[in-house]
Amino acid sequence: MRVWLSQDAAARALGADAVAAALRREAAARGVALDLVRTGSHGMVWLEPLLEIAGPHGRMAFGPMTPADVPALFERPAAHPRALGPTQSLDWMARQTRLTFARCGINDPLDLSAYEAAGGLAGLRKALAMPPAEVVRAVTESGLRGRGGAGFPAGIKWKTAAGAAAAQKYVVCNADEGDSGTFADRMLIEGDPFCLIEGMAIAGHAIGATRGYVYLRSEYPDAIGILTRALAVARSEGVLGPQVLGRGAAFDIELRIGAGAYVCGEETSLLNSIEGLRPVVRAKPPLPAIEGLFGRPTVVNNVITLASVPVILDRGADFYRDFGIGRSRGTIPLQLAGNVRRGGLFEAAFGLTLAEIVDDLAGGTASGRPVKAVQVGGPLGAYFPRALFDTPFGYEEYAGRDGLIGHAGIVVFDDSVDMLAQARFAMEFCAIESCGKCTPCRVGAVRGVETIDRIARGDAAARSLLAELCDTMKYGSLCALGGFTPYPVMSALAHFPQDFDRAREAAE
Amino acid sequence: MPSTSVVNGARIRAIIAEHAGREGPLLPILLAIQEEWGHLPREALPVVAEALNLTRAEVFGVASFYHDLREAPPGRHVLRLCRAEACQAVGAAALAEAAQARLGIGWGETTADGAVTLEPVFCLGLCACGPAALVDGRPVGRLDALGLDALLAEVR
Repeated sequence: MRVWLSQDAAARALGADAVAAALRREAAARGVALDLVRTGSHGMVWLEPLLEIAGPHGRMAFGPMTPADVPALFERPAAHPRALGPTQSLDWMARQTRLTFARCGINDPLDLSAYEAAGGLAGLRKALAMPPAEVVRAVTESGLRGRGGAGFPAGIKWKTAAGAAAAQKYVVCNADEGDSGTFADRMLIEGDPFCLIEGMAIAGHAIGATRGYVYLRSEYPDAIGILTRALAVARSEGVLGPQVLGRGAAFDIELRIGAGAYVCGEETSLLNSIEGLRPVVRAKPPLPAIEGLFGRPTVVNNVITLASVPVILDRGADFYRDFGIGRSRGTIPLQLAGNVRRGGLFEAAFGLTLAEIVDDLAGGTASGRPVKAVQVGGPLGAYFPRALFDTPFGYEEYAGRDGLIGHAGIVVFDDSVDMLAQARFAMEFCAIESCGKCTPCRVGAVRGVETIDRIARGDAAARSLLAELCDTMKYGSLCALGGFTPYPVMSALAHFPQDFDRAREAAE
Repeated sequence: MPSTSVVNGARIRAIIAEHAGREGPLLPILLAIQEEWGHLPREALPVVAEALNLTRAEVFGVASFYHDLREAPPGRHVLRLCRAEACQAVGAAALAEAAQARLGIGWGETTADGAVTLEPVFCLGLCACGPAALVDGRPVGRLDALGLDALLAEVR
């Protein structure tokens, strides 16, 4: 009997390993030959541990599984209390446009032949047959923008690095996914690591780089283990090495592990970290595309940006660009998190409204209480009230409402949340994680905590002071950490002023 | 694990040699030393500085920056609780208070019996199944006070 069972960290966190052990025990006791394939996750975290067996209409899903649910699987699976039906027909799966995550959750992430059979390496093969400038043009025409949060057009960055003359260039993958509410990078690396490797190899060909680095955070031990092994497989099978796929130039990737610093997700801090310097932020210019790692031309892209490149090369720039709205082209892996009934990853074309995402996809709160606020885009993203739930998911659409989509993490809070406490936390987090190089961030965040504490004590004058402080941080900080911390703070103040009044009333 | 009181210079130099061929070897070296000793012994830093032709200040500047790099050995088990927003939305703050009360320690501290070190972490990427924790590197989701008691009983 063949069984597919997720080994994604979220599935393991919810007991997948115990289910695997129960499967082995039960199969042995019944004398059934068990072929257990540990896969990545389909992204339906509320159904994890999710298990699949072959059925007449494709794989049949069961979840959330516990060890106690395992014996019945060997009896009449169709009548199993955890039976969900064919995986691909589940509402959550059927409604997605899975381009970047097309293979995630399906196969053993280290099975390169399964990767190829599912369409993997087709993009790289096509890219290697094209002149590098054509590859850059395809990425530019696809409209792909930086999925790490900055939203900078990937093709322009690539073109800049491609045009810079240097003996050594680099492709650096930013896998320092520190934003709360985001786990797309982790899920992709744990579920389909060859997709990232393929995207980086394409980038190497496009810009003329022979070396790549993946900077992966230490908080993701499972992803570290899988990517380490995937790189070894890619090397031994000739996807990486002196001649990519036997026809390209040399390209190899080294994995670097972070050491717990949120600011290292900022690209220049990340480069300093790889170089072995104290990872403070660098002033720009020079742009990393011209003077990046070790002062050489470097493309720094997020995991999802790079992992979206293979499908663009395989299916064409037009195919990708035809999804989306406005200047937000293609698809985005939405990550539904926090207090949600259905949490997980949902890849869709840009354009879904926040109401569709929160009320429909996520099904409201897990607690059953009304949604009060939704933080979009990580700890530097704005808190949106229900009044803004008509905002379509897109870079400009969120910027136009004083928010940001960031890395597409969506964290839902119910009505028990205290928005003054959330604003305070944003400042506290910035103070803890500031690299200390620029004053608005280093000092501003500490003063921000103090100022919010004054508001909490009923000091009404502190409110305008907070607004001024946020202005200084926004316009005076060197990077997005100090520059964007005002988003959660000011959105909390603007949209939930009653939470900042309550303390004063108590004081009076 | 080697003795934490005596830092073996030869072993440190061997670790340095393993990474010497890499570009930017400093952080991988510091992580490898911590992996071996459980923390970054202060005496190791000058050895690293000399081998890489850096000043002690440069090495200290890197070593002191990162949350992961510890100056003192941790307990036998490390419990990392997520403090970030997605976990806050499902009760992480109350869970953290419960953990501190049960262990009788604050963030970054180790219980007197040396069994458990409690560390904050800002996001484990388990944001759809919080509150999340990492227990000796093993991910745990939807952790509540009961689950916490079971975990602590397991490791103590």
